[in-house]
Amino acid sequence: MSQFDDTTIRTAVRDWLATHWDPERGLVAWRHLLAESGWGVPHWPSEWCGRDLPVALLPGIEAEFDAIGAVGVARVGIRLLAAATLLEHGRDEHKARFLRRILTGEDTWCQLFSEPGSGSDLAGATTRADFDGERWRVNGQKLWTTSAHHAQWGLLLARTDWDLPKHQGLSYFVIDMRQSAIQVQPLKQMNGYASFNQVFFTDAEIPAENLIGAVGDGWKIAMTTLAHERRNADALKRWGRASDRPGRIYAEERAEIATVMEPYRWYPQRAGRVDLTFSRARETGRIAEPALRQELSRLLMLAQCAEWMAHRARHAKALGRPEGPEGSLGKLAASHLARAAAQVHTLISGADAMLAGPEAPLGGLIAEILLSVPATSIAGGTDEIQRNIIAERVLDLPREPRMDAGPFRDVPRNPPRAR
Amino acid sequence: MHFAFTDEQEQFRASVQRFLRERAPITAVRSAMETTLGYDRTLWRQLCDELGLPGIQVPEALGGQGFGFVELCIALEEMGRALLCAPFFASSVLATQALLNGASETQQLELLPAIASGQRIATLAWVESNGRWDPGGIALTATPVGTGYRLDGEKKFVLDGDHAEVILVAARAPGSVGAAGLSLLLVEAEAPGLERHPLQTLDPTRRQAALRFNGVSARLLGAAGNAGAALALTLDQAAVALASEMVGGTAALLESAVAYAKIRMQFGRPIGSFQAIKHQCAELLLAQELTAAAARYAAAAVAENAPDVPALAALAKARASDTYLQAAVECIQIHGGVGFTWDHDTHLWFKRAKTSQVLLGDANYHRERYLAQLEAGA
Ligand SMILES: Cc1cc2nc3c(=O)[nH]c(=O)nc-3n(C[C@H](O)[C@H](O)[C@H](O)COP(=O)(O)OP(=O)(O)OC[C@H]3O[C@@H](n4cnc5c(N)ncnc54)[C@H](O)[C@@H]3O)c2cc1C
Repeated sequence: MSQFDDTTIRTAVRDWLATHWDPERGLVAWRHLLAESGWGVPHWPSEWCGRDLPVALLPGIEAEFDAIGAVGVARVGIRLLAAATLLEHGRDEHKARFLRRILTGEDTWCQLFSEPGSGSDLAGATTRADFDGERWRVNGQKLWTTSAHHAQWGLLLARTDWDLPKHQGLSYFVIDMRQSAIQVQPLKQMNGYASFNQVFFTDAEIPAENLIGAVGDGWKIAMTTLAHERRNADALKRWGRASDRPGRIYAEERAEIATVMEPYRWYPQRAGRVDLTFSRARETGRIAEPALRQELSRLLMLAQCAEWMAHRARHAKALGRPEGPEGSLGKLAASHLARAAAQVHTLISGADAMLAGPEAPLGGLIAEILLSVPATSIAGGTDEIQRNIIAERVLDLPREPRMDAGPFRDVPRNPPRAR
Repeated sequence: MHFAFTDEQEQFRASVQRFLRERAPITAVRSAMETTLGYDRTLWRQLCDELGLPGIQVPEALGGQGFGFVELCIALEEMGRALLCAPFFASSVLATQALLNGASETQQLELLPAIASGQRIATLAWVESNGRWDPGGIALTATPVGTGYRLDGEKKFVLDGDHAEVILVAARAPGSVGAAGLSLLLVEAEAPGLERHPLQTLDPTRRQAALRFNGVSARLLGAAGNAGAALALTLDQAAVALASEMVGGTAALLESAVAYAKIRMQFGRPIGSFQAIKHQCAELLLAQELTAAAARYAAAAVAENAPDVPALAALAKARASDTYLQAAVECIQIHGGVGFTWDHDTHLWFKRAKTSQVLLGDANYHRERYLAQLEAGA
């Protein structure tokens, strides 16, 4: 195990960076180099751009990157979920075709799961994929699809059999988003951004080789995607921040954040920006108010505990214990944290909490927090669904009686929405 | 990294757990709490002789087991889970840590072996009727007389104070204020002028007493007027220890609530299949995981003498105060009417949760302390 020791690894990455890091290199070229060396995603398998290192070493490696301001691989957004899913369920040809371009940032991905009639109940999807002997044809509608307007590829959950029970009739595909049979319409959100979309499929095509797993495996594979989404909930706060250093690579990274990463610009705010609370409470002098002190202290304690809980989960994973539904605990904690942070920001801002725009506190950032936090307890599975998962799979409490057994064709569901 | 126990620590936990399950089941708790003493002397001797628990964190040279604070907290988690009736917290946590932090080496050598072996029960008396948990609230005075001291004043909420054989008293020099002028003194239980009477409390599983000192002779421990820091450290360590005990109690309540939710049938289905119950249990598990992470991190910090122990102690105790009570309240609720009966065991944990919520400072007190610590460090 000595070669996996933290100091040895940190020395190795530091040496490698010392020879290779150059801020005047192009962003994509640099990330190809990272993919080849394995230092971009050292916890991935060595045959797929990684080094087979335990996740526990990642913080140390990241610290070496941060210390000299070295840019990492593209790892924000749905691309991560795509990579994790393909690593687990894709065939070698899928991995060879998609993984590296995910890391270099050349391809952007979206997740086509939710529909107008099925959100929490993802297995109730009615978007259909039918095989015509040569290729799959897709018809239907997806909703809330983040970054579909930028995406090259989509992770699609579609119904391939209507006579089987709902969970068994689904299949999982990678679909090329750049085809005229797919129409993407942005949807404006309550915080003013338009990161998610509605997506319409009218005889859209998928070549046979883009089926992931076997026909009927869709639900199982979608679970992998969702488990990663939940686990990453606590990482949201680091998303989408650009460095203002000089150098070609930083300029290209800023351009990337401004364009394909644009849908994620408000994501740190959606997590509540706990990091701003203590300093603002001091700057505004509100820290002297006993009621605020209690709320602020409670919030900071919760944030600290959530971090330790996440560390423990990572540590358990590094010890080889199986990854379970614990991600739901982290996701639920992130919801509590976001709401509590929004409350504390409101208390700190006083009457100014009513304001938005450039004259509002922090140039409108606080307003953006207040209007983005409600997404946290919905996106990636609502709080209620997380509580169900924790209760049923961690505490082993009995399931609710089902009303949706039997062939999917006969299951009661929402009426189709008019377009 | 403080995020996982070693295999040895897990084995230690398992052996304490097994011992308590076999020798101190809840029926034993119920009979012990009905006695005048409040605990079972035979069980206490077994706990000392077979497991050596009372001196677990005390160095071997001072008659202890030579383990660390983390092991102490593991044992406390298990005692909290079992709701053990014993003078452990008073003697092995409060008094032992006070001696380790505040007595001279010679005094430690003289006093600790008997306490670490469980032969003599000790306690720490620092709070008074004003209910202030911080050393600044101490009013009882220690006046020099010849080679010794004379104590005048009162102490309250003294754990196991009615039967402890060794009483460590925190007192101040006449005329001093705040954390200055504080000393730690030793009083023998039979000392003339000492009156003790048991307090009737909510929680029959842990005894408290009120003590009156009318010119009681006492022996100085450590340096005169210099015990403020040692006392503050002792109280922080005790807060972490108590939080650990509370984490164990919470675990017992959560297990009980979940087990009942699986078997109790209403409307043709187990009540655990109703979301109102299911979601309550899920939230409780989350609260417990968060709080346990805090208590364990804080215990490791104490073991390493980390500088942020005061902040971490405040964090752990504030979280534990809220979480244990939440678990107790909801465990009763999930049990329905039977949960409100004397025969059902949940109220015993409820009562421990209620008093532990306040003991050593409630959540508001510790949240304020935590923020003050962050401000001091910023
Ligand atoms: C910012 C944002 C980004 C998103 N991005 C994507 C994306 O990229 N791709 C994608 O596929 N989806 C995305 N979503 C969709 C998201 O996953 C769904 O909105 C979510 O799963 C809830 O589904 P729904 O909106 O249909 O609500 P519903 O499922 O109709 O839920 C409505 C209410 O009913 C409750 N409820 C439902 N079922 C139960 C139950 N069994 N027990 C108790 N309560 C229940 C819910 O908790 C909720 O409170 C995004 C959503 C948001 C807000």
